[in-house]
Amino acid sequence: MIAASLRLQRPDFRLDVTLEFPARGITALVGPSGCGKTTVLRALAGLERAAGRITLGEEIWQDDATGRFVPTHRRALGYVIQEAALFPHLDVRGNLHYGRQRSDVESRRVALDHVIELLDIGPLQTRHTSTLSGGERQRVAIARALATGPRLLLMDEPLAALDAARKAEILPYLERLHRELALPVVYVTHAMDEASRLADHLVLMRDGSVEAAGPLTELMARTDLPLTRQDDAGVVIDAHVIEHDPEHGLMRIGHHGVMLWVGEADTQPGERVRARVLARDVSVTRQRPSETSVLNVLPVVLESAQCERNNALLRLCVGDDAPGSQWRLLARITSKSFDALRLQPGDSLFAQIKGIALM
Amino acid sequence: MTPAAWTAIRLTAELAAVTTLLLLLVGTPLAWWLARTRSRYKPLWASLVAMPLVLPPSVLGFYLLLLMGPHGPVGQLTEVLGLGRIAFTFSGLVVGSVLYSMPFVVQPLQQAFEAIPERLLEAAATLRASPRDRFFSVALPLARPGLVTASVLGFAHTVGEFGVVLMIGGNIPGQTRVLSVAIYDHVEAGEFAEAHLLAAGLVAFALTVLVTLYIVNRPRRDEAGAAR
Repeated sequence: MIAASLRLQRPDFRLDVTLEFPARGITALVGPSGCGKTTVLRALAGLERAAGRITLGEEIWQDDATGRFVPTHRRALGYVIQEAALFPHLDVRGNLHYGRQRSDVESRRVALDHVIELLDIGPLQTRHTSTLSGGERQRVAIARALATGPRLLLMDEPLAALDAARKAEILPYLERLHRELALPVVYVTHAMDEASRLADHLVLMRDGSVEAAGPLTELMARTDLPLTRQDDAGVVIDAHVIEHDPEHGLMRIGHHGVMLWVGEADTQPGERVRARVLARDVSVTRQRPSETSVLNVLPVVLESAQCERNNALLRLCVGDDAPGSQWRLLARITSKSFDALRLQPGDSLFAQIKGIALM
Repeated sequence: MTPAAWTAIRLTAELAAVTTLLLLLVGTPLAWWLARTRSRYKPLWASLVAMPLVLPPSVLGFYLLLLMGPHGPVGQLTEVLGLGRIAFTFSGLVVGSVLYSMPFVVQPLQQAFEAIPERLLEAAATLRASPRDRFFSVALPLARPGLVTASVLGFAHTVGEFGVVLMIGGNIPGQTRVLSVAIYDHVEAGEFAEAHLLAAGLVAFALTVLVTLYIVNRPRRDEAGAAR
């Protein structure tokens, strides 16, 4: 568990947050620019001095009550920023070894070969940093941070300086990192699509404070957060592959005992996949639709509804009463339909899902 | 060339070498501090370093003479400490030259340090480098062009000094009679041929040094934008 309570007062900005990050998985810190997410990250790294307390498990990195402040170079962390910040006077190998040489032996349990393989740095090693592409620079920067065997990886908009193609090049590496290393990551971004693809936990920030925090799938399914005001509001589900249907180019995925059809992807049965269901792709009916072209129809219970001018956002509960087996869907329908169906919380409905996108 | 001319050349080279070495030792931390400090008094310290650029050398020499002479506080201190007199000795020349050439060493270094992006030093900190380690492993290597410029300008400028030398060094062969003073003497004595020899030599020296400097510090294409 990583815990931080931080306060900072500047003429035009006030930060006051209390955060708890799980010691596993990726926690995305999301919010508009100027909300203080980068300041939080810099304070965690010790690059910025905010008042408060920071602990990583048993280790205390900062505690103003006892006057303890561990300087950045004594914190076992990795830090990756937008501009990669590779050392121009060293080649790729020199950059990789810079931090590694300076880490204690115990931290070097992370095999350098593994890091190099994980991020595909092998062929780049003898190159000069100025000859690398943006995506390659970022991969080297991530490898350089991992090579020190950090106990916490901090990433500040690592993809923001890259174009869409380069982003698509890096994202699989980040997902691989997530799968293969048991390393907590705090990932700052303003791009919700990046967060929803990578993160397990989400912290929404606004004006220097925390608006909401929790597991990503839970927060994405809440109707009271600004996330759902966007056109691409929708839930994220972590499912596993059940079987392929190559004849129709489809595969079946399972999520809490519910089967869903999605477009086929290069995966093995049993493999975990993350999928996104947009609220605008979900509609509801009172009767089970017969002879419909929609493949995914689920019995649901209407939990709550958030009505705006011309549309309504429904929060639907999927699954039986068994604890832990329920999950949520969001559906955006017109307020005209909402009135015509006289929808009430508690109503049993059928959700028709027109599209599920694998991420 | 006469043995006296060779003595003057050797003395000048020694003075410039010792001065440059001392300036690099003192000036590098000073430049690093000036480049990084957020002190309110930074403009004052920067101005003090730059003073020799605008002051006539004779002014600096005059006050050094007052300080280091037999009745000056520094002069008396060195007498008490058993170091003897400084004014009109080689050591006195070194002290004067260090102060006089200070901006030529500190300013290029300071600019080179200021040009290093903060994020590189922060990256080094997150890679376990202590402040001292960051200075030696990131700041100094990246400031290399500034270091070359500072050394060359410090050396060349010391070779070319005259006013300070005249005030606090006098004209003692083998001790304080450097090239610029020797040339002055030759001209005073009407020995234009000898003056020419040394003067032309200095012109050639200055040109060679500066051309070499510009070639060495020419931005290389593969490193253009490398500090990103």
